[in-house]
Amino acid sequence: MMGMIKIQSDQGFMDRLSHVNWGLVFLILLVSSIGFTALYSAAGGSFTPWASRQMMRFVIGLIGMFIIALVDIRWWFKLAWPIYFAGFVLLVIVEIMGQVGMGAQRWINLGFMQLQPSELMKIAVVMALARYFHAATLDDMRRLTFLVIPALVILAPVALVMLQPDLGTSLMILFAGAAMLFIAGASIRLFIGGVALAVASVPIGWHFLHDYQKRRVMTFLDPESDPLGAGYHITQSKIALGSGGIKGKGFLDGSQSHLNFLPEKQTDFIFTLWAEEWGFLGGMFLLVLFGFMFMYGPWIAMRARHNFGRYLAMGLSVNFSLYVFINISMVMGLIPVVGAPLPLISYGGTAMLAALIGFGLMMSAHVYRDSKMTRI
Amino acid sequence: MNRDTQSAKVFSRRIFIIGALQAGTLAILGGRLAWLQIANGRRYKMLSDKNRINVKMLAPSRGLIVDRFGVPLAVNNQNFRVLIIPEQAEDMERSLRTLQKFIELDDKKIEQVLARAKKTAKFVPVEIKDELTWEEVSKIEVNLPELPGLSIDVGEVRSYPAGSSTAHIIGYVGLPAEADLDGDPVLTLPGFKIGKTGIERSYDEQMRGRAGAAQVEVNVVGREVRELNVQESVQGQRVVLSIDAQLQNMMQERLAQEKSASAVVMDAHSGAIYGLASYPGFDPNLFTHTMSAEQWEALLANPAHPLTNKAIAGQYPPASTFKMITALAGMRAGKITAERTVYCPGFYEYGDNRFHCWKKGGHGTVNVVGALMHSCDTYFYELATEIGIDRLAQTARELGLGQKLDFELNEERPGLVPDKSWKMGQFADVWHPGETIVASIGQGYLQATPLQLAVMTARFVNGGYAVKPWVTGYVGGRSYSKETWPKMSIDPYHLSVIKEGMDKVVNDKEGTAYGSRIEQAGYGMGGKTGTAQVTRISMEQRAAGVLNEDLPWTQRHHGLFVGYAPLENPRYVTAVVVEHGGGGSAVAAPLAKDILLKTQQRNPAATNIKTGFST
Repeated sequence: MMGMIKIQSDQGFMDRLSHVNWGLVFLILLVSSIGFTALYSAAGGSFTPWASRQMMRFVIGLIGMFIIALVDIRWWFKLAWPIYFAGFVLLVIVEIMGQVGMGAQRWINLGFMQLQPSELMKIAVVMALARYFHAATLDDMRRLTFLVIPALVILAPVALVMLQPDLGTSLMILFAGAAMLFIAGASIRLFIGGVALAVASVPIGWHFLHDYQKRRVMTFLDPESDPLGAGYHITQSKIALGSGGIKGKGFLDGSQSHLNFLPEKQTDFIFTLWAEEWGFLGGMFLLVLFGFMFMYGPWIAMRARHNFGRYLAMGLSVNFSLYVFINISMVMGLIPVVGAPLPLISYGGTAMLAALIGFGLMMSAHVYRDSKMTRI
Repeated sequence: MNRDTQSAKVFSRRIFIIGALQAGTLAILGGRLAWLQIANGRRYKMLSDKNRINVKMLAPSRGLIVDRFGVPLAVNNQNFRVLIIPEQAEDMERSLRTLQKFIELDDKKIEQVLARAKKTAKFVPVEIKDELTWEEVSKIEVNLPELPGLSIDVGEVRSYPAGSSTAHIIGYVGLPAEADLDGDPVLTLPGFKIGKTGIERSYDEQMRGRAGAAQVEVNVVGREVRELNVQESVQGQRVVLSIDAQLQNMMQERLAQEKSASAVVMDAHSGAIYGLASYPGFDPNLFTHTMSAEQWEALLANPAHPLTNKAIAGQYPPASTFKMITALAGMRAGKITAERTVYCPGFYEYGDNRFHCWKKGGHGTVNVVGALMHSCDTYFYELATEIGIDRLAQTARELGLGQKLDFELNEERPGLVPDKSWKMGQFADVWHPGETIVASIGQGYLQATPLQLAVMTARFVNGGYAVKPWVTGYVGGRSYSKETWPKMSIDPYHLSVIKEGMDKVVNDKEGTAYGSRIEQAGYGMGGKTGTAQVTRISMEQRAAGVLNEDLPWTQRHHGLFVGYAPLENPRYVTAVVVEHGGGGSAVAAPLAKDILLKTQQRNPAATNIKTGFST
């Protein structure tokens, strides 16, 4: 905390404001609006119960995003480890509550929304690792001992989340952590070895999977074998998606979604609803918007003058693109069903908050890209 | 600095790699999207339509059957049913028990419904009770909130307002049997009934109508959300009969005064059937609902055969009503003229056999008119031996006996007119002259139905046209009625002689049916009596003084009468048979009198069959 007193902004407020990535803000607004539209349709042409709530949370989140973006990146640098440990504690609390409760426990009820610590953990891991690797040199990256701490930083929350049980999120934390290692320059051989290890451990890991998780994988491999049971969601999603054709069925006219053939249409399968109603044109439009949003990560990273900013921006960008990829490929039947929301679009408080926080941090890395940061 | 540049290079490269991966994932997603929506879009569209659209068949309404004046004889009544849909009732048994408070419903029925519900999908309705009264429907509707899962359904049930009086003509409907499934999809509708007997059967295909279809949007549990396209069903065609329902009713009531009888009233010129009654009848409404086993057994066991239409299926020896044919055959063969006489001492001897006349003392000298009037057997015995069976059979057939008459009801029987080749084929035996004698007075192998006797009478009095009977006026808009018939090659003089005889049977005080003459001014009747032996009374019985009335019912004679009205230019003919009723003049003639009087009073021939119905 030694450098705290010394942090001073070298830019005026208006300067900083102008350096906010307004392009990214615009994209966020556009994509979220698509989200509200889809939720409006999901509710059968009504703002309640989903669209209105999501809009409220969005406004709160947006304010938060701007605040975060305008906070000096050096603060975030300082708070990286405390945030990580706070998140870790929340995870432990959830775990304890889970033992007391029954089975899957992922949320803490805050009254106005459910808080899902595992979502926030993804950001915290990226921040902590960005901080850790900020001071690292190439030589450091080559030393295996140097990588022990990062490994723990990644694996500890992964283990906790897996116990929830939430295989999907734990894998995503793992993947985000691995991406951070990659960005920071860890040896390629490490990754090859890691992949080999992963492949080898599949048969062992299979053993530890819960029944429903096993079923999900089997169903993924052959959804048609059980069209009314486990394969139902995938099959229905593909039918709904495919039947949208090029131009879509029209706003509010997504028959599959509205006749309840498509389950979870406001959360996991929201993309299907959008693509059913707006067709290929609507679906590609959204994908292209996401594409532009992805590009901001590398763009901001390349312009940052300090490692922390670079790593933070890339790590959060990977996070975001991972979510998008997993959710959309799931609803299109490319990967097994995992409960992964589509950020900024799926109904859900924590996912939206996490996305906006992430973007806020990325923008902070851009606004303060020229800040001089100490090595430690 | 070297390190910095190097690390910067590494970093840039890796960022680039990640950026490329991100772009790559989007490309994959875009590609997959295109695969689903463009390449396979049509296939998925079809699947999504199959998901959500069910085609529901709409049952068509059955065509009506009415009489010549439009009086309804077979109609469709609304049938209210109460159904339960399992998925809409949280606790089915509770709903059913609550229902017991409002309508009559026994526990066994509740069990049946619950068992049935288990076997079908949860959204398929199960029928609890049908034929609800309006009161029951109201009670259920008012209390629906307390009866979750229940709903009222309106269907149609066939009803016969005329009941048993037209049962044999109209027939009834029932569920199709295996053999009836002709591929018409409408037969797959649950509870759809088709014609089983009578007119219901003869024109079943035309009366069925065409099913409609409704495309119904269903959600994932199969519940109907809304109707998309509806193609209305088309009601079956209406059948208009030539029957006069009021006359028919009167005939059935009059016949009911006997134990077992049948009667026909026909138009002598056109062949239109105004009445076709057979007693005892049955209530066809029993057949459209469930009949108890006892009721069915009772119908089958009744010795008077209520299920049989005796007017067209009852085959009886025509007895003395055949004598006109013998007379005509004789005149055509040139064997007799109006003047030739025969002496009747009360019997006729041929070879070693003695054939008795019904009048013990005989009739004395009679000519053909007198022989008909008195119904003298001896005259015809003698005539027969001169004509021979083959010529007799030929004339009989020309007058409509011994064959089916293309009547619309398939119960029609052909009767029997024997001849030499028939006997050879049937018994491998030659024809004996004695059998001709017996045949000459309508006994022996001869058999005729009341319908055939009516046709025979008509051909005698309508100027010699080969009229045939029919009962269908219109099916839909198409006319089935016939008005003209080919002329037969019969000398009109012969016909007039025979008619004179028949006139006198009823209107001359020595006629066998004088007691049944019509006295009301403006109306009249002519005809011929007949008494058909069922069992031969043996010589011993005769000697012992055994009379017909002493025999058990099933062995007593049948009473017959054929008649026509009015006397001049007859329009209507009738044939009446009273089974085991005794003498024709005693039993059948009075019946015929009442019938022909009523017929003339109603005069159905004066009005054309009604067409141009609105539906």
